[in-house]
Amino acid sequence: MTLQTEPFVLNMGPFHPSTHGVFRMKVTLDGEVITDLEPVFGYLHRGIEKLCEERTYLGIIPLTDRLDYLASMINNQAYVMGIEKLAGIKVPERAEYIRVIMSELQRIASHLIAVGTFLNDCGAFMTPVVYMIREREKILDLFDMVCGQRLTYNYLRPGGVSMDLPDEFLPALKTFVGQMSVYIDEYDRLLKENEILLARTRGVGILTKDMAVNSSASGPVLRGSGVKWDIRKADAYSIYDRFDFDIPTGENGDCYDRYRVRMEEMRQSVRIIKQAAEKIPAGPVMANQIPRLIRPPAGETYSHVEAPKGELGFYLVSDGSIAPYRCRIRGPSLINLTALREMSIGWKVADLMVIFGSIDICLAEVDR
Amino acid sequence: MTTAFSTKEITAKIDKKLAGSITSLDVNILLVEKDSLVELLAYLKNTPGLDFDYLVDITAIDYWDYFEVVYQLVSLKNNHKVYIKTRLTGRENLSLTSIVSLYKGADYQEREICDLMGIKFEGHPNLKPLLLWEGFKGYPLRKDYLE
Repeated sequence: MTLQTEPFVLNMGPFHPSTHGVFRMKVTLDGEVITDLEPVFGYLHRGIEKLCEERTYLGIIPLTDRLDYLASMINNQAYVMGIEKLAGIKVPERAEYIRVIMSELQRIASHLIAVGTFLNDCGAFMTPVVYMIREREKILDLFDMVCGQRLTYNYLRPGGVSMDLPDEFLPALKTFVGQMSVYIDEYDRLLKENEILLARTRGVGILTKDMAVNSSASGPVLRGSGVKWDIRKADAYSIYDRFDFDIPTGENGDCYDRYRVRMEEMRQSVRIIKQAAEKIPAGPVMANQIPRLIRPPAGETYSHVEAPKGELGFYLVSDGSIAPYRCRIRGPSLINLTALREMSIGWKVADLMVIFGSIDICLAEVDR
Repeated sequence: MTTAFSTKEITAKIDKKLAGSITSLDVNILLVEKDSLVELLAYLKNTPGLDFDYLVDITAIDYWDYFEVVYQLVSLKNNHKVYIKTRLTGRENLSLTSIVSLYKGADYQEREICDLMGIKFEGHPNLKPLLLWEGFKGYPLRKDYLE
């Protein structure tokens, strides 16, 4: 008697604990091995690009908070930089330093969640993620201090930031920065050479250099594949050219490399914050005479920043009125998922969540 | 810093047939007729010295009289950037040639534009709706869309 097999289609999500949101995958399996994968999006589509066309320029800032809600500060920055380019607004020195400090704190916070949930997906259930949430909490306290919010900050404005740092902020920041490097060492002691983690992630879900570039991957996914490309260096915006930091890259493009890139990036962010906190000048935090209703001259611009998940860009088209004519958001999460199919084929179902977790997406940014 | 790649270099080098279909709008913005789009992108990607190997973003804008589709290309090697625009007139049966075979990263972005702006991409391997559900009527990002 001969045995016959047939492919099996498994539906994962939209309500699956490991999909980090309402993400769905149709996975075709041969036994346990993945032969095909099709992501299905749109469960969180709110039409933010359309909403932007009906709001004033300032009214859009809270919407950008709700893109990648783990990196609201950086979303704010990408957007306000677009308006500043269109309207030719010059940002005061102190505000630029505040923006850099906030961006880098936000990057650490986002990477902590990324690495923590990634380890959850690897099966180290809850222990590492609680360690990481412990430090993220301290960052959220710092944000709370400057703008009264813990998740959706609405802090940056075209021309600066909405309010100056309180007196107690810089001492608290210095304490935190001192602690953070110790904590990162602690994570490394716990995880870097952990045998189970190595077995689950080394050589798994390889994304080659060519494939990463061709599929427009960005952020740690691109750098994990060995491409040294970081917008902070490649197209230095704000005042990033004044700081001394490195761009960590991986070698093999596997899940372990992507995890290592994130850990190293946190160290680099700590370095940047240290320099910025030392050099921050006194002065105004808002440019003079920015009207409530900004009417940038007609034109179009693309402003981009290095968000924790990759290149976040805003393509703004202005027709001279109080609202943008078109606001396109290039979210890194969606575009990084292009390579998911190629990375997963040939691996087992149990590896799928590890590969998916190593990309680090935020569904609110995928669907927008 | 990413430099703006001067389109004059492209127009000077390119062969005559293709050169007739492109006009320079700004320092690094090229307007190309839609039939020559893929040919131009393939040229930009594969010519040594240009090496536009990375597709940053595709987007479409509804200007009532025409739709403008904007491709942003970057060369990771030379760190320069160029914008390629193409225009589609009319409001019905709009179509462009897909560039997924050149840049895999265009996959979801083309699907999204098809979904929300109603521009079809011929040759796309899987042009299903990306964000809206199947059977959704209308194209929400168009200016004349009414709920």
